[in-house]
Amino acid sequence: MSKLDSKVPSGPLAQKWTKYKAEQHLVNPANKRKLDVIVVGTGLAGASAAASLGALGFNVKIFCISDSPRRAHSIAAQGGINAAKNYQNDGDSIYRLFYDTIKGGDYRAREANVYRLAEVSNDIIDQCVAQGVPFARDYAGYLDNRSFGGAQVSRTFYARGQTGQQLLIGAYGALSNEIAKGSVKMYARREMMDVVVKDGHACGIICRNIVNGAIERYSAHAVLLCTGGYGNVYFLSTNAMNSNGSAAWKAYKKGAFFANPCFTQIHPTCIPVHGDYQSKLTLMSESLRNDGRIWVPKEKEDVEKLRKGEIRPVDIPEEKRDYYLERRYPAFGNLVPRDVASRAAKERCDAGFGVNETGLAVFLDFKSAIERLGRKKIEERYGNLFQMYQKITDQNPYETPMMIYPAVHYTMGGLWVDYELQTTLPGLFALGEANFSDHGANRLGASALMQGLSDGYFVIPYTLQNFLSSHISDGPVSTETAEFEQAEKEVKERINHLCNINGKTSPDTFHKRLGHIMWEGVGMGRTAKSLEWAIGEIKALRAEFWRDLKVVGAANEMNPELEKALRLADFLELGELMAKDALLREESCGGHFREEHQTPEGEAKRDDEKFMHVSAWEYKGEDAEPERHIEPLEYENIKVAVRNYKN
Amino acid sequence: MNFTLKVWRQSGPKAKGRFETYSISNISSDCSFLEMLDILNENLVSEGKEPVCFDHDCREGICGMCSLYINGHPHGPDSQITTCQLHMRKFKDGDTIYIEPWRSAAFPVIKDLTVDRQAFDKIIQAGGFISATTGGVPDGNAIPVRKKDADTAMDAAACIGCGACVAACKNASAMLFVSAKVSHLAHLPQGKVEAAERVKKMIAKMDELGFGNCTNTGACEAECPKGIKILHIAKLNREFIKASV
Repeated sequence: MSKLDSKVPSGPLAQKWTKYKAEQHLVNPANKRKLDVIVVGTGLAGASAAASLGALGFNVKIFCISDSPRRAHSIAAQGGINAAKNYQNDGDSIYRLFYDTIKGGDYRAREANVYRLAEVSNDIIDQCVAQGVPFARDYAGYLDNRSFGGAQVSRTFYARGQTGQQLLIGAYGALSNEIAKGSVKMYARREMMDVVVKDGHACGIICRNIVNGAIERYSAHAVLLCTGGYGNVYFLSTNAMNSNGSAAWKAYKKGAFFANPCFTQIHPTCIPVHGDYQSKLTLMSESLRNDGRIWVPKEKEDVEKLRKGEIRPVDIPEEKRDYYLERRYPAFGNLVPRDVASRAAKERCDAGFGVNETGLAVFLDFKSAIERLGRKKIEERYGNLFQMYQKITDQNPYETPMMIYPAVHYTMGGLWVDYELQTTLPGLFALGEANFSDHGANRLGASALMQGLSDGYFVIPYTLQNFLSSHISDGPVSTETAEFEQAEKEVKERINHLCNINGKTSPDTFHKRLGHIMWEGVGMGRTAKSLEWAIGEIKALRAEFWRDLKVVGAANEMNPELEKALRLADFLELGELMAKDALLREESCGGHFREEHQTPEGEAKRDDEKFMHVSAWEYKGEDAEPERHIEPLEYENIKVAVRNYKN
Repeated sequence: MNFTLKVWRQSGPKAKGRFETYSISNISSDCSFLEMLDILNENLVSEGKEPVCFDHDCREGICGMCSLYINGHPHGPDSQITTCQLHMRKFKDGDTIYIEPWRSAAFPVIKDLTVDRQAFDKIIQAGGFISATTGGVPDGNAIPVRKKDADTAMDAAACIGCGACVAACKNASAMLFVSAKVSHLAHLPQGKVEAAERVKKMIAKMDELGFGNCTNTGACEAECPKGIKILHIAKLNREFIKASV
């Protein structure tokens, strides 16, 4: 029997969540006060969960890696948030949002979770409006929408190009309200070092105080990881510098299964890499594909001239431009899903049509939109993005097309969770990007914000009660136990070890090398050969890391080098699991493109017979191979088909 | 490009700080300011010296984590950007660059260029929100908002809480920060219910935490990386008077 029980309620799809809520156990207000909940992370999932649980009456402790909850990387989401409001009268519905999300994820997500996500999407918009999120409005004062990839309706709500910021500020406001009331206690500049487990249950965490290096213990009846994704394993990504995979990785090593680690999203529209000193990549919002048209020259001759600077992009006439997305996917055009758009860009660049000196860039052109709508309208829609582009590249996108190339952006994989968002480690929950459940093998644009807030505002306040209802008589959880003692000791030993290798190589140097291996071997196109190569290289690099790392500074003070080393030590293990997972998934689906498995037209070729399942990895110890478990995916409400964005 | 850097080093909140001089060479003009500091730190690490601590995170100008007072300007010489968006092409080859932390009693130095900005969180906790708890709210379109008001609210809400306004102000006043939040919420019908309480509590907290007063010099507006206007301070004053009479 599978070890994985998804706990999906029985009954018709559209009734499951209603049924769950009707039948679940609740905790009465007097008992809520006796129960402690730890929330790690203050992004959309963490802030919304902590605020909602605090308002319900639980004792919440929330931990933030930065100086303020408002810094969490949710803040950088630009384009928008999806909801099935159908305010545009264009044929949207809960079912259609559900359908688009499952299809966009290439049939590798769990039906019931995705349906619930679509169902609560409308509540999120209402909640955010009530909090004062300044969404874009039309002249009648009603909410405006824009379109995003993978959908034929306009269902994306937005606040200029800063939607993530505004939603996070909304959640941060709600959280601040609870902090002021005393129901939530905030711990800033803390990094989770480990999960503490007693009698098979998560009972707390060990943190490092980033300001003074103190190792601290915190206990609770349940622990919620809202710690985001692990895209920074590639070193260069659109993730923030502090984003890391360590919390999820520690949970994995304490018994939580890690699901679909190989499912990473490469976002098609990022500013291309320009130098080896570069520290991160900057995303240009997908919303730009509403009005921007993607192209490369049709003729190699023009490519050569462009690269040499002999001609400008505007000198190339219409008939000599290849709007390759419009050509290949007439029905969706420039608004195909991200994985499709990224691969198409790679295909053109691999074929020698890349438009910058490195050959790794395509054009995103606003000329026809500016002609059609006027510069003012474009400025209103994308002004801050254009400004951002100009500041980085020193080029004016109103006059010359942007140059873009795909970059690592999001990880669909994450901790395996059941319908209640509980991991395989009882008492440990994972929310937002940290879990795996809703986006399958590819996430649609404007769905990450939706999922983070859905998990935090509208799912966990219910499902956590169902779990905590059986713990009302537990009494306070002590930190003075052998388990805490042991966990703290291990953390201290690890830190000491890292500080005393006394090698020659800095954490960043190792991280760049790991990033290179990951991008080359486990990047946009993967083969059995590249993956086997990557596994070997990562192992060798890991050994070198533990032999030759140099951490300057002491452990008992603010020490960014030590922070980097701690996170990198985990990435060096996680990267290998990603490659293993990718190697064993011998099919192409969504963002996971195995070059051996493609159609003659170069589209991803799934193998539903063998791989219509979630892979969930169980840690088996330092020197043992992890075990791959399977959660079969069943589609009762959707006809599984080859994704078609052509007609 | 080559530069001489004068960097503020301070080992802890109580320690005495000083400028250290470093030279750095072969920097690409396309390099961002923080990437230049990354290179400096890699150089220091290879010499076995402690790297310079500075706050940074998203590196795309939205999280508000990066700071730095560069040649006398918060976020450096370019306009309407954060330090992470500043590029070395804005400097001349051979320039000497002074790099200091935000200086304000309410933002104590933690180490080197890193300061503690939790005072801003405390101001928000005093009332910088609409206290709608999760659930039980009306449909999003049940509260129409005039486009003009929504746009003005968004102008104010663009604040990233970086603290440049405080660093720029000779009085270390937090008025622009506070006004941005008050104005954002006061322009929306949802925010009007608590408007009076909010402005009084936030102002009281701001005063309590040691921020100075506003003397209308406009330095905050000139240095704000998000271009937030002191018009919002006028709105704040109006809201404050309305709440007090």
